[in-house]
Amino acid sequence: MKIEVNGAPRDVTATHLGTALIELGWAEGRVATALNGSFVPQAARDDTPLSPGDRLEVLTAMQGG
Amino acid sequence: MRDFYGVTLATPMMLGTARYPSPAVMEKAFRESGASVVTVSLRRERGAGQAFWDIVRGLGIHLLPNTAGCHSAREAITTAQMAREYFQTDWIKLEVIGHADSLQPDPFGLLEAAEVLCADGFKVFPYTTEDQVLAAKLIDAGCRVLMPWGAPIGSGMGLNNIHGLRSLRAAFPDVAMVIDAGLGLPSHAAQAMELGFDAILLNTAVAEAGDPAEMARAFALAAQAGALAAVSGPMGQRDMAVPSTPVIGKAWL
Repeated sequence: MKIEVNGAPRDVTATHLGTALIELGWAEGRVATALNGSFVPQAARDDTPLSPGDRLEVLTAMQGG
Repeated sequence: MRDFYGVTLATPMMLGTARYPSPAVMEKAFRESGASVVTVSLRRERGAGQAFWDIVRGLGIHLLPNTAGCHSAREAITTAQMAREYFQTDWIKLEVIGHADSLQPDPFGLLEAAEVLCADGFKVFPYTTEDQVLAAKLIDAGCRVLMPWGAPIGSGMGLNNIHGLRSLRAAFPDVAMVIDAGLGLPSHAAQAMELGFDAILLNTAVAEAGDPAEMARAFALAAQAGALAAVSGPMGQRDMAVPSTPVIGKAWL
């Protein structure tokens, strides 16, 4: 299905957030996730279903003031 | 000494991690500043996050994630929740920006987000103005620290409203306060501490200095000097001159 990942269109076969992250290459990465503007805790990723058009944000530590 | 949600800081310096010429320069600036707190943010993963996180963790000081760039309470709340999981801290520097040019806080969104986050167990450090009404409402919401601006973020103008900041400091004597944003010179840091503020938070003034590490040290010394002055009873100002050398005993020549 087509979803949006960090603002870019992506095609994923995974139906849940946990497996989608592995498919997208973040299996080992330390990231924080939000789906359609809502925080999804790490423990809830495997049980969070994806739907076409979903907006996924995958964030990591960055410089800030 | 006022604490920060039960934490007593070793030094009154909080330092940001953005805009340094290199990670090595940033690390050196942190060492020279003796900063007790390091601010960080969350951004879209593009591959460099882990390396940066390793450097920050290696500093061994308190982490203060921010919600920089958020323009609504909802955005800031979601970002805070993500930051708490990623950085494993319930401290959050809450920024809800209301104006694109001045980066002035949106007081309404800030209060809304503070209420939700305090109720959810966050220890909120709200980036706010010197407005006392807003400060009272943030304290009512559960904030035990306030971070009033000195001047707009990145402007380097120093303390734009000394009367307002002095009034804010006096109005809430038990609340820890950090002057966040707008400091450009070490003298601004000294002035903030002389006014009785508990710490300063700066980034651009150090990161964009010709020698960030030396400037960090200069700010640390100035903050220390200001803090010492604040507890040493500054003299009152007078309109007229008063001779410091005794008049009695002066020769008649």
